[in-house]
Amino acid sequence: MPLNRKIAYIDLTTGDIQIKPIPIEVRKKFLGGRGLDAYLLYNHTKKGCDPIGPDNTLMVSGGILCATLASATARCHVMAKSPLTGLLGSCNMGGFFTPEMAWAGFHHLVIKGKAKHPVYLFIHNGEIEIRDARELWGLSVTETQWAIRDQLGDQEVKSMVCGPAGENLVTYANVMTGIKNSGGRTGMGCVMGSKNLKAVAARGTMDIKIAHPEEALEFNKRFIGQITSAKVNQTQGTLGTPFIWGATNSWGGIRCRNFQYNQCEYADDIEPEHLDEIAEETCGPYHMTGCFGCQVHCRAKYRIPGNGPYAGIYDEGPEYTSQGAFCGETDTPRAETLLVANHLVDQYGVDNLEIGSIISWAMELYEKGILTNKETDGLELRFGNDEAVIEMIHRICQRKGWLGDALADGGVQASKKIGKDSFSYLIQVKGMSNLHSDERATPGLALNIALSSRGSDHLRSRPAIDLYHLPEPVMRKIYSSPVPYDGPLSSEHTEYIGKAWQVFWHENCYMGVDCLGICKYHTTFLGATLPNFEDWARVLYYNTGLEMTPKEIWEVAERCNNMERLFNLREGLSKDDPEKGDVLNHRYHDEPCRRGAPEVVGRVIEKDKFIQMRAECYEHKGWDENGIPKPETLKRLGIDHEPSHLV
Amino acid sequence: MEQNGKVLVVNHERCTGCRLCELVCAVKHDGFSNPTRSRIKVMKWETEGLYIPMSCQQCQDAPCMNVCPVKAISRDEDLARVMVDYDKCIGCRSCVAVCPFGAMNFNVIDRKVFKCDLCDGDPQCVRFCDVKAVEYKEPSDVSIVKKREAAHRIRMASKEAAALVAQA
Repeated sequence: MPLNRKIAYIDLTTGDIQIKPIPIEVRKKFLGGRGLDAYLLYNHTKKGCDPIGPDNTLMVSGGILCATLASATARCHVMAKSPLTGLLGSCNMGGFFTPEMAWAGFHHLVIKGKAKHPVYLFIHNGEIEIRDARELWGLSVTETQWAIRDQLGDQEVKSMVCGPAGENLVTYANVMTGIKNSGGRTGMGCVMGSKNLKAVAARGTMDIKIAHPEEALEFNKRFIGQITSAKVNQTQGTLGTPFIWGATNSWGGIRCRNFQYNQCEYADDIEPEHLDEIAEETCGPYHMTGCFGCQVHCRAKYRIPGNGPYAGIYDEGPEYTSQGAFCGETDTPRAETLLVANHLVDQYGVDNLEIGSIISWAMELYEKGILTNKETDGLELRFGNDEAVIEMIHRICQRKGWLGDALADGGVQASKKIGKDSFSYLIQVKGMSNLHSDERATPGLALNIALSSRGSDHLRSRPAIDLYHLPEPVMRKIYSSPVPYDGPLSSEHTEYIGKAWQVFWHENCYMGVDCLGICKYHTTFLGATLPNFEDWARVLYYNTGLEMTPKEIWEVAERCNNMERLFNLREGLSKDDPEKGDVLNHRYHDEPCRRGAPEVVGRVIEKDKFIQMRAECYEHKGWDENGIPKPETLKRLGIDHEPSHLV
Repeated sequence: MEQNGKVLVVNHERCTGCRLCELVCAVKHDGFSNPTRSRIKVMKWETEGLYIPMSCQQCQDAPCMNVCPVKAISRDEDLARVMVDYDKCIGCRSCVAVCPFGAMNFNVIDRKVFKCDLCDGDPQCVRFCDVKAVEYKEPSDVSIVKKREAAHRIRMASKEAAALVAQA
């Protein structure tokens, strides 16, 4: 049964390992994955702890449906206090690691302390072993994984690892598995590095009993039909996420030159169709790769073309985020830069989004004279300089030079070292950089990044389908279930009306899949016809036997979102704090869009309307005017006495 | 019979490596999610992006059948498959040792050998593989497709050769 997978508490300082069952009442309250991690984080981390100290606790988990027939159930969630933001740290990745961990008997790990020397964990059929990793220290992301396989003599072992960036405590280092699967954002790889934890390896052959196998198989078949019949997934399964690039860029939704423009000119070179032409083994129906059990298969395979130092190397991607980070924001829209930079971040194990965004911020500071050749050690850190992008990736990941070291600490910390008005150019929320998308023409999307629990992020509550101008009856159908809603809704994405509810709805939708362990491409994220709460109640029952209504799953999501909020408030979130609040950089309000479609040019996020929209969203969430959950909300959700130490 | 003689055809270039085939195989036969129970298995070379699903070839002159000391393995000509009779099987694993494809497995939980039975004519790995990396086809269809592909390569080569001659 998925429900009999265990939780393990591992103290790296003492070597103590405790293995316990997960009580059914805890499952009903938090399901698993990110939701249960949020509960564990609040309960097992000391208030105000140093994110890179031994007191920080690292949670690793699969969702409650991990490795079952619920389609794309490979998601791995990792949580801790973030070294980048000092608030909630949380990341999520696909691949094959958590199914292997589930077959080895575990759904959740709670890792405390700090090992005396580099170690890795080996999880195998109900047992956990702490092993020496001194020989692995310094190896790249993939080298580490293959070395572990060779050491254990088993090519089926799956590992999640930190790369050199995590070892060097780059505050936005990733955890990674496979070639490309990245738990990016908030620096969970840095937390691994700080604990001397190089990897968690898993190999399992234990049965997971499917509660109703026939029904689970047949429902999965229907589910796959629903998912693959969506045009968005068909396109994604052929070109990967870069398929969005062209439309978004021509419309005027791509940050360029940090935040000076909202469109990148002459960017055809990095379109997926062109990458397909120049890089051997790229896009096309037979050149994609997928995560466990997934029929969307959104990653392209490629070999770096040309005659440069990286020519011929195999990698996967580049995804939409890499296009924005290494081409749009830095204004270097060239295929080779994209493919090489994408490969470097995969091997260093660093967040492509954060590093690209921070490099483009530094470029603007350089062009404005706030950074000079003294800080850059003579590097011409100008927009459009491809070599500078590649060089800065190396410097940051190795903490080389004054600037490389400063930027490795993250934007907010770096702005304190750089001084002057550098902070005002930093495009961030709660200390984490924004995606390369420009939300000035889409108030709903702007509200999403401002409220995102892990700092600026599109994967926490983005109402992306807002861009499709859906007819109002369709919107009503989606947004009035599983809880009723009869307030305003607008099909117009430049409007402020009803967006607060959409953001609230998507926040619960994405938390729902993160607890179940399903990928967001299998839900109402990019496609309006994709599964949501109704379908999840059924897959949950068929696979685990757990009977929950769609509304109960919604309440789990609400509960878990409130747990994350409680953690953030405990660690110093305050709604209007420019570094730790639910606010946007002033440029969203002050600088109008210069490029793009007529409906985009001239747009800003109107501050008073934004504040109004934010207040509405607080109200939907049952929070007071300061963004603090009301006592009655916590009582209704059964989390009014935290920490309650149920697990 | 309509399905007589159909074979499982693997086109590994289409495989995305998702391993859903392993999952549905194990659940269909045993009711468990566990790839060690799967009759089909995707072998991977991740650094090359190469994934090859491996399963039983249902050999005509099957080594597993020939080596079995108690004659527990036989051909079922109705579905063109090789089957294990568990009433006769003594679990010696000679068949596992001799299979050139590694397609005969040994289940350490139930202590039994097991292999692909083509799901009695409706292979679930085929049914769930959206990219058609695994298909269930008449053997004649398989070879005609391969013939056309090979002929296409010859055609392209002769075109190139003609172009080179023209340049010379």
